[in-house]
Amino acid sequence: MTVNSQSPTSSSQGQAGPRKSRSLLAVDAHTKRRNASEARFQFMGKLAVGIGILALVGLLASILANGLSSFRQTYVTVDIFLDPAKLDKDGSGDLAKIAKVTTFGYKPLIKRAMAAAIAEHGIDDQGLKAKKIAALISPQAPATLRNYVLAHPDQIGKTVAFNLLASGRIDGYFKGRVTMDSAKLDRNISPEQLRLADEMHRVGLLETRFNWAFFTAPDASDTRPEAAGLGVAILGSAYMMIVVLLLALPLGVAASIYLEEFSKQNFLTDLIEVNISNLAAVPSIVFGILGLAVFINFAGLPKSAPIVGGLVLTLMTLPTIIIATRAALKAVPPSIREAALGVGASKMQTVFHHVLPLAMPGILTGAIIGLAQALGESAPLLLIGMVAFVREYPAAPPEGFFDPAAALPVQIYNWTTRGDPAFVERASGAIIVLLAFLLTMNIVAIILRRRFERRW
Amino acid sequence: MNDIKVSARDVQVWYADNHAIKDVSVEIEDKTVTAFIGPSGCGKSTFLRCINRMNDTIDICRVEGDILLDGEDIYDPQVDPVQLRAKVGMVFQKPNPFPKSIYDNVAYGPRIHGLASGRSELDAVVEKSLRRAALWDEVKDRLNASGTGLSGGQQQRLCIARAVATEPEVLLMDEPASALDPIATAQIEELIDELREKFAVVIVTHSMQQAARVSQKTAFFHLGNLVEYGETSQIFTNPVDPRTESYITGRIG
Ligand SMILES: Nc1ncnc2c1ncn2[C@@H]1O[C@H](COP(=O)(O)OP(=O)(O)O)[C@@H](O)[C@H]1O
Ligand SMILES: [Mg+2]
Repeated sequence: MTVNSQSPTSSSQGQAGPRKSRSLLAVDAHTKRRNASEARFQFMGKLAVGIGILALVGLLASILANGLSSFRQTYVTVDIFLDPAKLDKDGSGDLAKIAKVTTFGYKPLIKRAMAAAIAEHGIDDQGLKAKKIAALISPQAPATLRNYVLAHPDQIGKTVAFNLLASGRIDGYFKGRVTMDSAKLDRNISPEQLRLADEMHRVGLLETRFNWAFFTAPDASDTRPEAAGLGVAILGSAYMMIVVLLLALPLGVAASIYLEEFSKQNFLTDLIEVNISNLAAVPSIVFGILGLAVFINFAGLPKSAPIVGGLVLTLMTLPTIIIATRAALKAVPPSIREAALGVGASKMQTVFHHVLPLAMPGILTGAIIGLAQALGESAPLLLIGMVAFVREYPAAPPEGFFDPAAALPVQIYNWTTRGDPAFVERASGAIIVLLAFLLTMNIVAIILRRRFERRW
Repeated sequence: MNDIKVSARDVQVWYADNHAIKDVSVEIEDKTVTAFIGPSGCGKSTFLRCINRMNDTIDICRVEGDILLDGEDIYDPQVDPVQLRAKVGMVFQKPNPFPKSIYDNVAYGPRIHGLASGRSELDAVVEKSLRRAALWDEVKDRLNASGTGLSGGQQQRLCIARAVATEPEVLLMDEPASALDPIATAQIEELIDELREKFAVVIVTHSMQQAARVSQKTAFFHLGNLVEYGETSQIFTNPVDPRTESYITGRIG
C-alpha cells in the first residue's frame, strides 16, 4: 500500500527531474506556438475588417462619384415674350381658352427667345438653325412655361425672365458625362451645340446651380432625365413610414409585452414564438405577394397607394419590432419586477411604471432599425406597383395615403432600368438620399439609446 | 406571548415535479423576529415567498395547504395578491432599488395604494419611512438623487424604507444582509430589532450567528421539511432533532 501510493510520485519525479523553476525570460516552445497562433488569428481578423472597410469605401466612392452631380443642374436664363398672338388669340383672357394651347404652342416662344438672347449677347451661333439652338433647352421647358402662364394669365403680353432646364446632354456636358467626341456620335447633340453652350456659359446665359428640384420634382419620362426628381418618391416613402410607425410600433410593442410579461409559457406561446422568428426570416417579396392578394385583390384597396405599401411593410417590420422589444424586455432584470410586485404593484403597473421605461431604449432602437429596413425595401413594393408615374404631387394626408405614389428604393430601381445614362446619375443621387435618410435614422436611434439609457 | 400573525397549515409547494416544501405547518407571532435557517436549497425562500404569494409569478409553481393571515386564508380565490402584498412587505436578497430618485423609491408604494393625499402628506410618509429604516440622516439632503447611486448597505435600507412605507403588517426578508459588508450588516440587524416593535418580521438567513442575534423564534428547514421550530435560545443551545444539531454545529450545510 505504501509502496503503491509512493510509486507514481517517485516515477514522475524521476522523469521530470527535480522541479526547478524555469526562467520567465526564456519563452518555451509551447508558449511560442500559442503566441504564433494568436498572432495568426489576429492577422486574419484584421484582414477581414480591412476587406470589409475596403468594400464599403469602394461602394460609397462609386456611388458618390456617380451620384453627387445629380445635386447640381444646368439652367438657361432667358427672357421670353409671352406672345398674346400665340397664347390668347382673341385677347379675351379666358382661362379655358388659354388652357387649350398645348405645350406644343409654347415651343415657338422659346425658339424665338433663344435666338434673340444669342443675338443680344453677340454670341457666334455656330451656324446652327433656330430649332437646334432651342434643343439646348429641355423638352420639359414648354410645360414649365405653360404652367406659369396658366397660373399667371395676367402676364400674357409681357416679357418674363425664365430659368429653364438645359437639356440632359448639355447638363451632362457640364458634368463631364458628355464630351465633344461623344457628341460627334450622338444623334441628340452635336459639337456645335456644345460649343454654343460653352459660349452661353461664358456670358452667363447658362449656369450650373444647386438642384432643389431633385428633391421636390416628380419623376419624368425617358426623354427628359434632367427634369426627373424624387419628390413623389420621398413623399410616398414618408407616408408609408407614417403608416408603419402608427401600426407596427404599437402592435409590436403590445404583442411583445403580452407575450413576455403576461402570457403563461405553454405550447401555444412557444408556437407563436417560433412563428414570429420564422416570419422575420421570410423573404420580403413574399410579403408583397401577400399584400397583393389580401389588401388589393381581397380588401380592394387602391393599387400603388402608400396605405397598401405601408400595410405590407408593417407586416414585414412587425417581427423585427417584436423580437427587438422582447429582447429589450428580457434584458430588464427580474429583480425590478420583484421589487415592484413586492410593494403591491399590479402586473400592469409593474410593466408600465418600471419595466417599459427601462426597456425603452431597446424598443426604440428596434423600432428604428425596423423602420430603416422598411424604408430600404423595394421587392414587395414592386409587386404592389408602388411605381406610379405621378405628374403632380399626391395629395396631403389623409387623402395622400390612398393616392398613387412611388417609393424611394423603387424609384431607384426604376431609374436604373432606363436607357439614358443621365438616369444612372439620378439613380446614384437617389441612393445617396436614401443612405442619408438611413444614416439619420440610425443616428437618431443611437441618440435615443444614449438619452434613455439608465443604470440599474 | 404575542398573537399569532401568520399561521401555515400543511403547506406543500411544487416546482413542476420538484416537491420543494413538504407539509410545513408553522405559527408566526406578531411583533417578533422569526428566523428561517437551513442549508441552501432546503426551501426557506420558497416558503417565505408563499407568505406574500410571490410564488404566483412563477408559472410552474404550485402551492397547496392553507396560510392564514390574521385568520384569513390568503390563498382564498377572493384574495387579490396585489392587496396582500401591500400588507405583507418584502425585502430581497440583492438590494433592488428602482432606478429612480430616493424619494420616488419610497413614495412609490404609498402612491399606487393611495396612502397619502397631497404632496406634504407624501413627504411626511417618505420621511417617516426613511427614519424607520435609519437612512434619513444620510439621504435627507439628496432625496432627488438616484437610489441606485447609494452604497450597498444604504440601498438595502432604502428597500426596507420602501417596504415599510406601505404600512405592512408583516415584513419578509430574504437574506437581506448576505450581499453586504459587516458594518452594513450590523446596521441592518439593529434595524430589524427596531422594526419588531411594529411588525412581524420573518427573516431568512444563512448565518446562524445572525439568526441567534436578531431573532426570538427560529425555524430550521431541511430538504423541504420544517425540522424544528421554537425559541431561538432553545434551538441553538438545546436542539431536539439530531439534524438541527448537526446543522448548527456545522456538520451539514
Ligand atoms: N423559480 C424556481 N423554479 C424552479 N425551482 C425552484 C425555483 N426556486 C427554487 N426552486 C427549487 O426549490 C428548492 C428550494 O429552493 P429555495 O427555496 O430557493 O431554497 P433556499 O432559499 O433555502 O436556498 C430548490 O430545489 C430549488 O431548486
Ligand atoms: Mg434562498
